[in-house]
Amino acid sequence: MTTVHDGEPGAVTTTASRPRPRRAHPLLVFLAKRLTITAGLLLGVTVVTFALVNVVPGDPVTANLSDQALNDPATVAAFREKWGLDQPLWAQYFQYLGNLLTGDLGISQQTGRSVLDDLVRYVPATMELAIPTMVLALLIGTGIGMLAAVRNGRFTDQLVRVGALLGLSTPPFWLSLVVLYVFFYKLGLAPSGGRLSTAFSPPPTVTGMYTVDAALAGQWDVAWDAAQHLVLPVLVLTSLTVALLVRFVRSAMLEVLQQDYIRAAYAKGLPARVVLRRHLLRAGLVPVVTVSGLAFASLLSGTVLVESIFGWPGLGQYAYRSATALDLPSILGVSLFVALVYTLVNLTVDLLYGLIDPRIRLS
Amino acid sequence: MAPLLDVDSLAVTLPGPRGPLPILHDVSLTVDEGELVGIAGESGCGKSLTAQTLLGLLPPGATVSGSARFAGTDLLGLDQRGWQRVRGAGIAMVFQDPTAALHPMLTIGRQLTEHMRVHLRMDRRAANRRAVELLDQVRIPDPERALRSYPHQFSGGMRQRAAIAIALAARPRLLIADEPTTALDVTVQAGILALLDRLRAETGLAVAFITHDLGVLSALTTRGYVFYAGRVVETGPTGELLTAPTHPYTAALLGARPHGTQAVGTLRPIPGGPPAPGQAPPGCPFQPRCGYAEPACGTSPPPLTPAGEHRSVACVVRPHLEVAAR
Amino acid sequence: MTTIAPDPVAPDPKVDRALSRRRWLGRLRGGSTRPVWRQPVTLAALVILGGWLLVAIFAPLIAPYDPLAQSPDAYASPSAAHWFGTDSLGRDILSRVIHGARLSIPLALAIVSLALLVGGLLGLLAGYLGRLADEALMRLTDLVFAFPQIILAMAVTAAFGPNTRNAVLALVIVSWPVYARVIRSAVISMRGDDYLNAARLLGVGPVKALRRDVLPNSIGPAIVLATLELGNAVLLLAALSFLGLGPRPPAAEWGSMVALGSQDLSMWWVSVFPGLAILTVVMAFNVLGDALRDRLDPRYAKGR
Repeated sequence: MTTVHDGEPGAVTTTASRPRPRRAHPLLVFLAKRLTITAGLLLGVTVVTFALVNVVPGDPVTANLSDQALNDPATVAAFREKWGLDQPLWAQYFQYLGNLLTGDLGISQQTGRSVLDDLVRYVPATMELAIPTMVLALLIGTGIGMLAAVRNGRFTDQLVRVGALLGLSTPPFWLSLVVLYVFFYKLGLAPSGGRLSTAFSPPPTVTGMYTVDAALAGQWDVAWDAAQHLVLPVLVLTSLTVALLVRFVRSAMLEVLQQDYIRAAYAKGLPARVVLRRHLLRAGLVPVVTVSGLAFASLLSGTVLVESIFGWPGLGQYAYRSATALDLPSILGVSLFVALVYTLVNLTVDLLYGLIDPRIRLS
Repeated sequence: MAPLLDVDSLAVTLPGPRGPLPILHDVSLTVDEGELVGIAGESGCGKSLTAQTLLGLLPPGATVSGSARFAGTDLLGLDQRGWQRVRGAGIAMVFQDPTAALHPMLTIGRQLTEHMRVHLRMDRRAANRRAVELLDQVRIPDPERALRSYPHQFSGGMRQRAAIAIALAARPRLLIADEPTTALDVTVQAGILALLDRLRAETGLAVAFITHDLGVLSALTTRGYVFYAGRVVETGPTGELLTAPTHPYTAALLGARPHGTQAVGTLRPIPGGPPAPGQAPPGCPFQPRCGYAEPACGTSPPPLTPAGEHRSVACVVRPHLEVAAR
Repeated sequence: MTTIAPDPVAPDPKVDRALSRRRWLGRLRGGSTRPVWRQPVTLAALVILGGWLLVAIFAPLIAPYDPLAQSPDAYASPSAAHWFGTDSLGRDILSRVIHGARLSIPLALAIVSLALLVGGLLGLLAGYLGRLADEALMRLTDLVFAFPQIILAMAVTAAFGPNTRNAVLALVIVSWPVYARVIRSAVISMRGDDYLNAARLLGVGPVKALRRDVLPNSIGPAIVLATLELGNAVLLLAALSFLGLGPRPPAAEWGSMVALGSQDLSMWWVSVFPGLAILTVVMAFNVLGDALRDRLDPRYAKGR
């Protein structure tokens, strides 16, 4: 890194020319640090969920066996043995941890499949909702937030703020029902739920996302049908995520707008659209990236409720069904997966920071 | 010949929480082609707002009256497109804090060339060539490398040099420098001042230099305006203003200014502070702090009246003032 | 600094300021912003919230029917007899919405105050003790933050058994870390501050300093946060009971009432009215939280 000093003209010192010990690239050090923290966090997550489901009064046996089976001691014992419930807690935990390292997340007591299989089955469905939602929400949220900031205090701004407030205050499950009522029941414009109409069978699995897989297989009618099923849940999730983003983007952009460098850009005679697109957006992107991690978490929360209403066989519905059935391996699997995704998102956010802001990249 | 910039009876009010606040009253000033003019006063006296008015960068809701002509153009009648043509290419501005005025996430090269390409219709290569020349002109070493650098990689003085290069990029005829050295170390200040003076000599650039430090003016400017509470209270050749002030405020400013040869004990701070906008007394705004005030000062704000050759002062008392010899 | 142990009675501006420490609370009383009656939106939120409080208090007097009383008149659309219609069991929805206020509002208050208490205490301790205690607390909050709130809350409620108490418990568990962090950073920023130094100079012990200086100064941001979180608590509670993890049926809880309506879309009134109840309460809390933040922290008031 070169630092140019003032004082006598031409004084340039280059620290790189000075001999110094070999060190790993700062980005690698940063990555290694972050990954260590992530691993520690995930370990903590397994402890929390495991403890939660074992220490508390709920009993997986009573939650999973029928009353009739509960009256038969042999059945109960067999169930306990099958799921390792007769072992001491710490042994169950370490056994689980050991299995984790080999990718074995256990068998879901509910579905009878391995939890990993379940995740592979349900995660793509949720991703099919989450990815378009996130893309749309970021585009719309940034655009509207910026517009509101530029029109600070005027009618457009008031309108955006009221809209964002409404979005933040609306229960997602209720909004889903309202949207279903209007677009499915009243207008008949969209299907009521599920991922595909009964007339179609799922396309050959590549990504697990029906729209993508159908397009890859050239089954355009299937892709179209799958896309139609996406519209309403994505609409609900997007509007909630946008509401969250807009408030952040607006206040972040307002802060940027008061900076001298924005006034300086205007003072150079640049047209307003150049100032807004190049100078404002660039600086405002940093907080937008920060909040997008948060927005993603809220989106995952939203899927639990939205999926249960739209009959969407995704992670949210799976989590809900596992939780109500006290299905220990599944809950652990989902929690672990969600925590993994969330920490990875945060890691990405940190890395993106560096890409956007040279002060972080180069220091 | 008509002056390059001719401001006449300019008045500006800003929207306040309890109705409009008058900030500038009856400000008149001129800047000739290739002239270095100083504008001095305490912070909050309307210097910076004058600069903002001349660039059309007032906050929404501000009202302006009077006239401001620049190179034959009526600035106050300009629309958005007209302002874009004047800003940068006609009147350019250097801000007080270069760290805040440079975009932290765009390279110096980008910030140097973007308005060149708009105003001078240059392609990327021509703009880059000129950028290198400009950086060289403001004495930034290794200009090619500097183009690819980000502001945080420069020291404070270098940032201000880069900001000056950016201001000059689209060949403006008037440069408004708003306290360009205040945020910098004392040792760096002199270099920036010398740079401005050299640029004026080399390119015929006119400079309006805003400062709260009268001493800076003496080294640099030919004429000076002293602002107080949104009014011009005294104007004249800089040398005379500094050695023989006729307004008590100018004298007080000089007395309040520390310099090396003066013992600490003789430093006389001005009691009180300037009135907040909208709170000025009915008469002379300086009257509550003035040691020479008379009953006549409290009736109406004294107008700027001629006081000798090329000099004007807004004071009805005009006491005999002595300034410590230096 | 060369000042040494000033005479405790000598008027030292720093000490004075430290002792008149209620800067946050002070601003709450005599803020610099416009009075409430000049802010129509805030005023509307206060009126709505006040209205809901009255409804909650006088629910048995206002409600035209017993909220739990079933009748053969199931799925009646809104009419003069049943303004909001009836649900699948013939219960009067207006009466159930009215009685729902007696659940949602006090429960949200309980969740937030418990979370504030737990998080606040832990944050105070961590900030004041520093080092290991601080590190442990921060990692613990990280852990909670690693889960989306609703998923962790679902797991907790499901594990402890779905009922009102456990839903509250779960929501306290997922929401205390924000308060812990806010209070912690307030304490840390103040540890090196004149407040504590001045207090120390006056020979004030740590416990007394915590109670007298740190607490009143850090409680401001926490109160703002708590108000903003009240809306969130109402939403989360409703979500849990929508999923069947909240108060047990037949309790008139807004979330579970919305869930009842999801069984048959044609009976829109079953879901719409309880949903609107949630919406108005949450919105009022959010507006109030924003207003409080503007008032206590002028940094946010800029550009409004």
